[in-house]
Amino acid sequence: MGNTSSMLTQYDIEEVQEHCNNTFSQQEIVSLYQRFCQLDRNSGGFISADEFLSVPEFAVNPLSQRLFRMVDGLNFKEFVAFLSAFSSRATLQHKVEFIFKVYDSDGNGKVAFSDLLDVLRDLTGQFISEQQRELVLTHVLEEAGYKKDSLLVLSDFMKILGNTGLKMEVEVPVD
Amino acid sequence: MVKLLRIPLSRIVRTCGRKMSKLTSSSSELDLDRPNIEDYLLTDSIQEPHAKLRLRDLLDISPTLTEAAGAIVDDSFTRCFKSNPPEPWNWNVYLFPLWCLGVVVRYGILFPGRVLILTFGWIIFLSCYIPVHLLLKGHDKLRKRLERALVELICSFFVASWTGVVKYHGPRPCARPKQVFVANHTSMIDFIVLEQMTAFAVIMQKHPGWVGLLQSTILESVGCIWFNRSEAKDREIVARKLREHVEGADNNPLLIFPEGTCVNNHYTVMFKKGAFELGSTVCPIAIKYNKIFVDAFWNSRKQSFTTHLLQLMTSWAVVCDVWYLEPQNMKPGETPIEFAERVRGIISGKQAAKFRGVGSATIGRKIEIIDCCKDRYQIKA
Repeated sequence: MGNTSSMLTQYDIEEVQEHCNNTFSQQEIVSLYQRFCQLDRNSGGFISADEFLSVPEFAVNPLSQRLFRMVDGLNFKEFVAFLSAFSSRATLQHKVEFIFKVYDSDGNGKVAFSDLLDVLRDLTGQFISEQQRELVLTHVLEEAGYKKDSLLVLSDFMKILGNTGLKMEVEVPVD
Repeated sequence: MVKLLRIPLSRIVRTCGRKMSKLTSSSSELDLDRPNIEDYLLTDSIQEPHAKLRLRDLLDISPTLTEAAGAIVDDSFTRCFKSNPPEPWNWNVYLFPLWCLGVVVRYGILFPGRVLILTFGWIIFLSCYIPVHLLLKGHDKLRKRLERALVELICSFFVASWTGVVKYHGPRPCARPKQVFVANHTSMIDFIVLEQMTAFAVIMQKHPGWVGLLQSTILESVGCIWFNRSEAKDREIVARKLREHVEGADNNPLLIFPEGTCVNNHYTVMFKKGAFELGSTVCPIAIKYNKIFVDAFWNSRKQSFTTHLLQLMTSWAVVCDVWYLEPQNMKPGETPIEFAERVRGIISGKQAAKFRGVGSATIGRKIEIIDCCKDRYQIKA
């Protein structure tokens, strides 16, 4: 794809489609490309921090920092692969994997108590005290059969979230 | 949208409260004067019975992630400020000469004609205004009436200089106390278009340059209120001035643009609540420009006002519709933000604009809650 900013050839579209395992249709990829170019204002080939944060609805999201770490410096192909978890054609496994990656910030394949606590803190912030948060989390983990110092892996997440009917879909606007 | 963010939070908070009472005996750590969040949450988000909080509820962050991804893929805010360039229609052999002819007519014939009209208008205006302003110092009522008529006159000249075709629908505004007029904002010319029909008093940001000069001399006579965005205390001063103006019986009717900025004519952005908490009747005005003739959206980041005016003067015409809509009062039990959003819905509906904008409900509610908490409990947000 190189550095060309506005022209997307048929080959490029098919390459991106293959990379994301056909979770997006070709029209959706074209729309995503227009969106990518709109966000990437200085045409650097990737979306930088302040370009993301210039979207107010993204900036106020409690998990924006974590997501941003995952999406920073991605080129268009990887950007589409990142968003593929939100397609209606994505499998449940893919979606749970995505959630796991959000929790697992250091990418070692294991989610510790501190990671869970961090995400809970992002979501609830100042409304609950740190102590209350820890106590609730410990209690809930023990009820589910885990200990405070146990490390959760992807298969644990699949077990916990696997049969809940997870709804995580975003519609790509196609003009 | 609001439900997605709030349900997990409310359940976690409520369940934390219950679990705390089970796990710890001493309530001293519960901090009894912490705000009760449930008071401020929307009643329709607290619909689940007191179910047990399970691990999967804590781990399931999909609603928040969906919102974030939705914002990445498409966000309303960027859409509101995009001015869609018109499709180039002059790209082939037959149409291009016609377009060139059009350019010659517009720049060579229409533009000088318009400049002449405008100059003529200014001469008449100044030759009447300056004597009236200086000589009739003692006779206030007469002076005000004449100045009002003169301001309407110069605005008509401005509109004529763009070959403006404005159709007004609905009853003309009358000057009564305890009422404010609100309108959507596309460009500074909104004010001129409305002022042509009725001399409004307006609340504006002080601009630099020749516009600022006009503001401080001529618009003073119609009774305008200035604000300065960079000053922190300014909000309270302005709120007080607004209230005083609205209550005065012989002040000109007050016109407010609650969007706070110029938006392309296809969307409306969230209204600021200042105009809606004055306790007076709000009369909505909807302005819609016909894009076929010219795109009147003034992107103040890209163009200065002078460039914008020149662009208008070299187009064919400015065609717009102005609807004066039914006055609205705050319903009992409605908050100013809800009132503002309701009026915005009325204006968008008339204008056939898409009702979008930064946090139509979500962020508005969040800011309201944080404000409540800040005011009542002095919590640092």
